Amino acid sequence: MNLNQGLAAIGYGLGAIGPGVGVGLIWAAVINGTARQPEAQSKLMSIAWTTFVLVEVLALIGLVVYFIASGG
Amino acid sequence: MGRLVLAEGDVFAPPGVKDFFLPPIFGEVTKPMVLVVLSVIIISAFFVLSSRNLKIIPGKWQFAVESVYDFGRNNIAREQIGSKEFKPFVPFILSLFTFVLVNNIYGIIPILQFPTMAKIGFPLTLAVMVYFVYHWVGFKKFGFVKYLKNQTVPPGAPGPIYLLLTPIEFLQKFVLNPITLAIRVFAAMFAGHLILLVFTLGGEYLLLHAAGPLKPVSIVSWAFAIAMTFLEAFIQVLQAYIFALLSANYIGMALAEDH
Repeated sequence: MNLNQGLAAIGYGLGAIGPGVGVGLIWAAVINGTARQPEAQSKLMSIAWTTFVLVEVLALIGLVVYFIASGG
Repeated sequence: MGRLVLAEGDVFAPPGVKDFFLPPIFGEVTKPMVLVVLSVIIISAFFVLSSRNLKIIPGKWQFAVESVYDFGRNNIAREQIGSKEFKPFVPFILSLFTFVLVNNIYGIIPILQFPTMAKIGFPLTLAVMVYFVYHWVGFKKFGFVKYLKNQTVPPGAPGPIYLLLTPIEFLQKFVLNPITLAIRVFAAMFAGHLILLVFTLGGEYLLLHAAGPLKPVSIVSWAFAIAMTFLEAFIQVLQAYIFALLSANYIGMALAEDH
């Protein structure tokens, strides 16, 4: 029986844990920094978006690997 | 979307990779090819037509084209490459930004509705172009050995760490950077389009093929499709900005002197 689809789904789910935590940490830092110094919000947000896509790409690579592994 | 009606009787066929292989329109020409050419025409027309008869007090179109140019030149190119060497790269960075932006936005425009960057070939080509540009200018400025040394041996780390650091830096700069640059925009557009397909086709299936009491759930599905469309619009603009930003960053890193 073909387990590839199920295993690929489990693999993607596990692989999305890391980027999920990472993105949460980035935005937590933005919120903390804005709470300490509201004037810094725009600079912090621009740094946040730049680093967000670097972390997000890992989750997206996981999604691509899911499609490759599920027997496409 | 590759189909207008579900072909498999009453069973829901979830959208997948096969929905991204669109049938040819005439000859071998498929919809993404037409969309890419259309995007080039749109961008060229926007820039050329809006910068005719430039006045001191800008009209609407001149203001729009100046804003886009300013954004690409100052926020992206000058900030990442440095104010001394950024000027030759402004056309390249601006072209990357507008090209990826228009092709991404195609994903939410009715009738067109296909983000061409969801086909891996397009972002891969752009990433290969960026790869050649930043290594070429680095080699030209520093010479072969000194450029490699600059890139793979960052100053200021304790000695033995370099055994680990240099291969990682080499892998990062010469292999992973172009790959992740392409995969980032490809996977974001792919996933976004897939989400929109799921909610839209799911709503259609619920309305037409589901049992009676389940039919109103299609409204929920379509409401989510609308919400996801707004999110998609944001992600598309962000991915275009990030593509141009990271390309400029790689060029800036290649040209950076030792501290």
